[in-house]
Amino acid sequence: MTTSTVPTTAALSLADDALVLSHRLGEWIGHAPVLEEEVALANIALDLLGQARFLYSMVGDEDELAYLREERAFRNVQLVEQPNGDFATTIARQLFFSCYQGLLYGELASTDGELAALAARAVKEVAYHQDHAVQWTLRLGDGTPESRIRMQRALDSLWRYSGELFAPVEGLPVEPAALRERWLETVTTVIRQATLTVPDGSDHTPWAAGAGRQGIHTEPFGRMLAEMQHLHRTHPGASW
Amino acid sequence: MVTTVLEEELRRIAGSVPDPELPVLTLDELGVLRGVRVTGPGRVEVELTPTYTGCPAVEAMAADITERLREQGMAEVSVRTVLSPPWSSDAISAEGRRKLAEFGIAPPRPTSAGGPVPLTLSVRCPHCGSLDTTLLSRFSSTACKALRRCEACGEPFDHFKEF
Repeated sequence: MTTSTVPTTAALSLADDALVLSHRLGEWIGHAPVLEEEVALANIALDLLGQARFLYSMVGDEDELAYLREERAFRNVQLVEQPNGDFATTIARQLFFSCYQGLLYGELASTDGELAALAARAVKEVAYHQDHAVQWTLRLGDGTPESRIRMQRALDSLWRYSGELFAPVEGLPVEPAALRERWLETVTTVIRQATLTVPDGSDHTPWAAGAGRQGIHTEPFGRMLAEMQHLHRTHPGASW
Repeated sequence: MVTTVLEEELRRIAGSVPDPELPVLTLDELGVLRGVRVTGPGRVEVELTPTYTGCPAVEAMAADITERLREQGMAEVSVRTVLSPPWSSDAISAEGRRKLAEFGIAPPRPTSAGGPVPLTLSVRCPHCGSLDTTLLSRFSSTACKALRRCEACGEPFDHFKEF
């Protein structure tokens, strides 16, 4: 495997998305509403962690990249770093992200190079993540009055982070902007089927200039990173 | 590529290593062993493909293969993880499927090549053989399995997902 053929920024962007979301989902362990969901979220987190590890290894040392970079060096979209919130918030984040990641990997799989091989492998995993998010969106949206309110609130509150998914990524052989229409179509269908309303607010935050792909992150990310990195930084070079 | 007698023998040995998470299956039956190449005296390179990118068993598989091949006098064993072409549950052999069912895990149904996962055929209960089974969770004890329940005998069981 040669590192020269892999576009570094593109690999890091995809890896950071996967790692950060994996960490967020891992935070549910010990806290999920039911045991089956705890296992499901942990399994999804594990898939994402596996993707991140492959991607990091293509461009450098995975531990250094995950544990020793500062916040500004991370290229993940702001959506994935948003706190878990209630279960509906986590599901809304999963819905927006897995629909995007499925489309992205689907396109990437038919390009050339190392990223394509990873995408071809991972696209099947993401299909299960997407299915999981869709089924829960339907169940919560078309569920009890309480779950319905919460699901709508979650969609509304995360909508402003959805536009960033389609920002260009340097070196990526796929144009994310070209996925937007299909993403919107999929998400709209699910939201309507869940008897909910597609958010009508802006899909960008007012302070999003540059945003995650340029290393600009939201406040909760710093705290997440501190927790994720502190063990490695406290014991440099330690191993099992 | 020409395969030598030694390579065939080493492949057979590497392939007979049990899967660390599903010890009823060998790596060969699981279909994750991609190639064994002798690159010099006492040097061998093994290619392994992960079932899922995050499969934590890969490291244990690599360690087990290394140990078994060292016992065969191969001083330098390197195990490489390859992604392409991606592993599919179709790669599980007929014998592997039979063993899974015997172990209480419903084997994966055939996937249509490249197409969406077919969900029309029901999954048979590995305990009583009934087709009246219900999905409880898409994710079970490992990422590659789903959790189902048999409505006939009442037993929950794992189903190796189509992938």
